[in-house]
Amino acid sequence: MAMTYQVDDKGYYGEFGGAFIPEMLYPNVEELRTHYLDIIQEPSFQQEFHELLRDFVGRPTPLFEAKRLSEKYQTQIYLKREDLCHTGAHKVNNTIGQILVAKKLGKNKIVAETGAGQHGVATATVCALMGMECIVYMGAIDIQRQAPNVARMRMLGAQVVAAESGSKTLKDATNEAMRHWINNPVDTHYIIGSVVGPHPYPDMVARFQSVISEEIKAQLTEKVGRNYPDYVLACVGGGSNAAGAFYHYLNEPRTQLVAAEAAGQGVGTGHSAATTFLGKSGVLHGSKSLLMQTEDGQVIEPYSISAGLDYPGIGPMHAHLFKTGRAQFYDITDEEALVSALELSQLEGIIPALESAHALAVLPKLQAKPTEIVVINLSGRGDKDLATYQQRLNLV
Amino acid sequence: MNRISAVFESAKGPILNVYATAGFPKLGDTMTVLEALQEGGADIIEIGMPYSDPVADGETIQQSNQVSLDQGMTVAYLFEQLKDLRSKVQVPVLLMGYINPVLQFGVEKFCQKCQEVGVDGLILPDLPMAEYELEYQEIFERYGLFNIFLITPQTADERIRQIDSVSKGFIYMVSSASTTGAKTGISSEQEVYFERINRMNLKNPRLIGFGISDRESFLKASTSASGAIIGSAFVKLLAKSSHLREDIVAFVRGIKGLN
Ligand SMILES: Cc1ncc(COP(=O)(O)O)c(C=O)c1O
Repeated sequence: MAMTYQVDDKGYYGEFGGAFIPEMLYPNVEELRTHYLDIIQEPSFQQEFHELLRDFVGRPTPLFEAKRLSEKYQTQIYLKREDLCHTGAHKVNNTIGQILVAKKLGKNKIVAETGAGQHGVATATVCALMGMECIVYMGAIDIQRQAPNVARMRMLGAQVVAAESGSKTLKDATNEAMRHWINNPVDTHYIIGSVVGPHPYPDMVARFQSVISEEIKAQLTEKVGRNYPDYVLACVGGGSNAAGAFYHYLNEPRTQLVAAEAAGQGVGTGHSAATTFLGKSGVLHGSKSLLMQTEDGQVIEPYSISAGLDYPGIGPMHAHLFKTGRAQFYDITDEEALVSALELSQLEGIIPALESAHALAVLPKLQAKPTEIVVINLSGRGDKDLATYQQRLNLV
Repeated sequence: MNRISAVFESAKGPILNVYATAGFPKLGDTMTVLEALQEGGADIIEIGMPYSDPVADGETIQQSNQVSLDQGMTVAYLFEQLKDLRSKVQVPVLLMGYINPVLQFGVEKFCQKCQEVGVDGLILPDLPMAEYELEYQEIFERYGLFNIFLITPQTADERIRQIDSVSKGFIYMVSSASTTGAKTGISSEQEVYFERINRMNLKNPRLIGFGISDRESFLKASTSASGAIIGSAFVKLLAKSSHLREDIVAFVRGIKGLN
């Protein structure tokens, strides 16, 4: 039997996945599990989803041939411009999909977690669009680090609540969002921001993000006469932009899937977020996946310069892609990401998000041939990271 | 017979189950707390195994978990502390915690250790029924461990019946849609829920937990179940206690009305 990279009927990708949730969340997650496929496959849903992606988000996003970057690396590089999505990153593909699902389920309040604030902004945006109440949990430390996104969420009418527990970052914001959902089970839908969480979230989010590779196929056909590249590169925090960029190539053996993880100061330094290099199988936030943890099973606080990659786990689909060898994983340090961000800015006139810069930083290591086609998923734009760039790149 | 079943069979009044975070307030306090709970008259004791990310718990228990971890608590060390449990404590003891530390310790090895020190059952809120049946039930049962499931006001009748059929010992009835320690007292809406479950004639007895903090709420809950569970209110007492043994004994006696 051919290897499958899709979720099975029990909610697993190989040995990873499942729904490890307290009973308090069971009715909500079960309601979602039993209805999500029917809801999103309905023609009226698809129509509304795609109309919003086109008219509100600005899809399809361009596939841009990066000529000067290609020349430097002696290969053929195309950038999938998710940075041009409304709100500045791919995250909105998922929040549009989920808010439509929430509406179908009769929910009128939304809760979400956010790290860098991109998912929080994308959630606050669709809540404003649909007239839904929005609460976003954000680690108290991230609120300090990402002030502009906090202001954007507030301007959009969302209530931003500081997660003061644990390490006060993304993992704790996720805990608080789950606790909020436990305390408000009837009228609230939880919009998770990546391909993490209990089944069916990883699959549902991957489906909403799969529009990325759906478009790449059509755009590549038009530009180079074949619908697959030799490589697809994407960064992995939880893994939603990578899941979307990989989705329609999972069973395409001619395409090598490449994931970039945040190594922070380096895999061996104790200041890293490179889960496939440092993690072991474990359960966090409702699913079994690779997880950075102590020998005793306590979750380790990760570190990355990029708040969007600063997460101690990865989605179960990616753990499976890693375990089966279907995707190749690279560990990219803060420094390497910064160098690549500067390089893209000056070679192509595009300032990438720090997260996306991790995917770009694979280029020097990839050694793709001049005849080969490399698609890089440029998951977001760098506006939110300007303070970091200014400081770390000595821009005066 | 499992000690839990024995307690329900022989109970004269409502059963009091008290939750205490292991290694709290001080790392070395675990056995002192257990013995004082027994002395005060607790019928069942739940020992919380601290975890870095306890999603079903509110602030009080979260903080006690973090303090305990910061002091060096681990699963292995807890078993070390419980080595002589059964020479000192006769009431049923449950371990309550999250699945990940159990997975890392090794499920089989964990169950073996539980049996060795005399633990009677487990409460693992993020191990739902489907996952339990898939991989864990067989191992837990081999070591004589009762797995205690939760039900909430949102749990459908059909699922309650399924939970009842795989449960042993008792069912943990969460009093309201909440994390631990979020709400206190019992509303009339909750009483309607308690009565609804009561009329289902389940095969397992129920203990009501979450929001039980004093004698009044304990008695009120006990009119529609076999008893109740106190967690956050007790952890709060531990956090501020200056004479641990005396304070615990007085607290438990107060709840049970043994003054
Ligand atoms: C621009 C951008 N890329 C990537 C990520 C990482 O998330 P994921 O791995 O789910 O794509 C984030 C998260 O905030 C982001 O803002």
